[in-house]
Amino acid sequence: MGLTGLDIFKHLPKTNCKVCGFPTCLAFAMALANGKASLDACPDVSDQAKEALSSAAAPPIRLVKVGAGENVIQMGDETEIFRHDKRFNHPTAVAIAVNDNEDVDAKVDSINGLVFDRVGQHYEVDMIALVNASGDAATFKAAAEKAAAKTNKNFVLITQDVGAMEAALQVLAARKPLLYAADKDNYEKMTELAKANGCPLAVKGENLDSLAELVEKIVALGYKELVLDSGARETSKVIADMTQFRRLAVKKKFRTFGYPAIAFTSKDDPQEEMLQAATYVAKYASLIVLKNAKKELLLPLVSLRANIYTDPQKPVAVEPGLHVLGDVNENSPVYCTTNFSLTYFLVEGEVAATRIPSYIISVDTGGISVLTAYADNKFTAEKIAKSIKDLEMEGKVNHKKIVIPGAVAVLKGKLEDESGWEVIVGPRESSGIQKFAKAQFA
Amino acid sequence: MAVEVSKEKYRSQVREVVLGATKEEGGTRSHTVKVGGETALPFLHFEGEMPNRPVVAMEVWDIVPEEWPASLKSYFEDVYDDAGAWAKKCVEQYGADLIAIRFKSADPDIKDASAEDCIATLKKVLGSVGVPLIVYGCGKSDKDNSIIGPIAEAAEGENLLLGVAEQDNYKSVTSAAMAHKHSIIAQSPIDINIAKQLNILISEMSTPLLDRIIIDPTVAALGYGLEYSYSIMERARFGSLQGDRMLAMPTIANVGHEVWSKKEASISADDEPGWGDQAERSMAWEATTAMALIQGGMDILVMRNPRAVELIKKSIDDLMQDNS
Repeated sequence: MGLTGLDIFKHLPKTNCKVCGFPTCLAFAMALANGKASLDACPDVSDQAKEALSSAAAPPIRLVKVGAGENVIQMGDETEIFRHDKRFNHPTAVAIAVNDNEDVDAKVDSINGLVFDRVGQHYEVDMIALVNASGDAATFKAAAEKAAAKTNKNFVLITQDVGAMEAALQVLAARKPLLYAADKDNYEKMTELAKANGCPLAVKGENLDSLAELVEKIVALGYKELVLDSGARETSKVIADMTQFRRLAVKKKFRTFGYPAIAFTSKDDPQEEMLQAATYVAKYASLIVLKNAKKELLLPLVSLRANIYTDPQKPVAVEPGLHVLGDVNENSPVYCTTNFSLTYFLVEGEVAATRIPSYIISVDTGGISVLTAYADNKFTAEKIAKSIKDLEMEGKVNHKKIVIPGAVAVLKGKLEDESGWEVIVGPRESSGIQKFAKAQFA
Repeated sequence: MAVEVSKEKYRSQVREVVLGATKEEGGTRSHTVKVGGETALPFLHFEGEMPNRPVVAMEVWDIVPEEWPASLKSYFEDVYDDAGAWAKKCVEQYGADLIAIRFKSADPDIKDASAEDCIATLKKVLGSVGVPLIVYGCGKSDKDNSIIGPIAEAAEGENLLLGVAEQDNYKSVTSAAMAHKHSIIAQSPIDINIAKQLNILISEMSTPLLDRIIIDPTVAALGYGLEYSYSIMERARFGSLQGDRMLAMPTIANVGHEVWSKKEASISADDEPGWGDQAERSMAWEATTAMALIQGGMDILVMRNPRAVELIKKSIDDLMQDNS
């Protein structure tokens, strides 16, 4: 169990020196108790106090890393139960399973090929989960060799056979794969192996109770680079267990569950599997191992991950101002929209696709979308008129016509009064821009 | 060791709303559908009740949905000219729990169909299926205000779910629901305060309607701000459980309407090779949007693609399994 703010305060130097960024030692102690500060920020804390406080000073969920060098995937370090309170820090990593007795080269090639670009973001599969399906150590090692030669991605090594794990580590140890998994029978040897190679270790229980027991045994052996698996595979049970991990770690400061969690899908149908995985993205999984790999299903999954892990306090914004598309001249159309990145990128993509060189004004709405900004008085006729003026649009084009989003058609009259420009109401959805532009400007 | 499981206890619960009415209740539906009533966050059966599973309504239009991509349209090609047959196919073949009729033809820029035309379509659908119905106008409020009264009157006692009341335009639909015993969709623009305010406005016209309101918090599609909708849902549901009775209504999401206008639903794999097959991707886009929303607590999903409906219903089966 964690300590209260007052428990912590007793161990602090009580100098109120403010070096930690808090006005008093007591305020700092409260922040530590809530997992919102690190003890390292205190310049005068004694080693003795450090020892006593180390458990309270650590984040409620440990940061665990897979991979080496620059190619590291971070998991855990989460502090919240609801994303609207504060952002979820490390997006769910997606691993695709490759069996050691299938055509490893071909499967890894196909996984390497799963790359997507969407609204300015680049996505790829994060990890390969190499499964010792053959049950044979030599086959597992050979598969590790093939896969390692094919990809720079990180690995999860899936076998509960210590011999097979050791064999694969001869190839992959330097890449710091996640070892899956320590169970009640093999945990001493698996822990030794993980420790010796500096690799993170997944711990597999049969339920929450047995998992907690096993984690405590491994921690007692002196290893804490752990990832949790309660053993549940039914969707509803996985959600319940994931919720317990997160709640107990964050609210109850239950250290035993203060580690990132791994989820495995159980569905064989690729579409059902993707929806099961979508559930786990929303409900706290730090890593999901999928069996199937299809672009058309992974794209929605990684898009959902991007949505859930967006910082709720910081709308994703583009630079407000004038964006020039193509070789513009004094006759080029002028569009305006908000500086919410999703809106802007969609509009930009569609305007670019019209192949008519154009200007887009992204009005500073604090990074929120058209209707939300309108409702919040951040996308107003006055603001758009001011942008037209500040950006000196009258010197750039000779037509004094501006296109506004169809969703705010209501701004037309006022904007015409404010700016003296003719306002053309564009389509409601950016998907209508090409048709619109063809009719208006071609 | 025994882990002490963390269970939240809430003071309050989501209101339960009944949709449709059987013969005994003054309507003609073969059965009613109950939504809401939750006493915990979604699918956390170990700490509370979720007496009614989330349900799926499928959309039926009264014109040919030209703008739908071919991969979606092809499911309904044999029934476009007959809303009754279309609804029947959705219920019998695709397992729709509810039918949502959209009177697109009433749009002054499409056919400017009259209330009588809409009523004829409604009667056809009422005759062809036994499930409760949701009714949407054409989306242009002046026209919708003029047809909602007669439509509500013609189906008196059926307990339709009438769409949509908005903050600056709620009186016509509220009056129609009050006078002719229907339920009502209260729509707010991704804003929890407006959602609450609108419920207060409606209840000022009719207190009993409080137990017949379904909130449409306005949802965004996956990749288009879905996270805002997701968080609004979570916050509203949390507020309901903590005792905010003016927010404690079940919720509805126009999933299909949001998803199928997006680029991800229609663009071909030739134009976006990284995105994979259009037919499967678009279906998955709708299903994933719906999945995220039920994780936030959505009670009614209005959808279009039959395979997406099938997948979501299967997933709901799994999610409803006891996990205590």
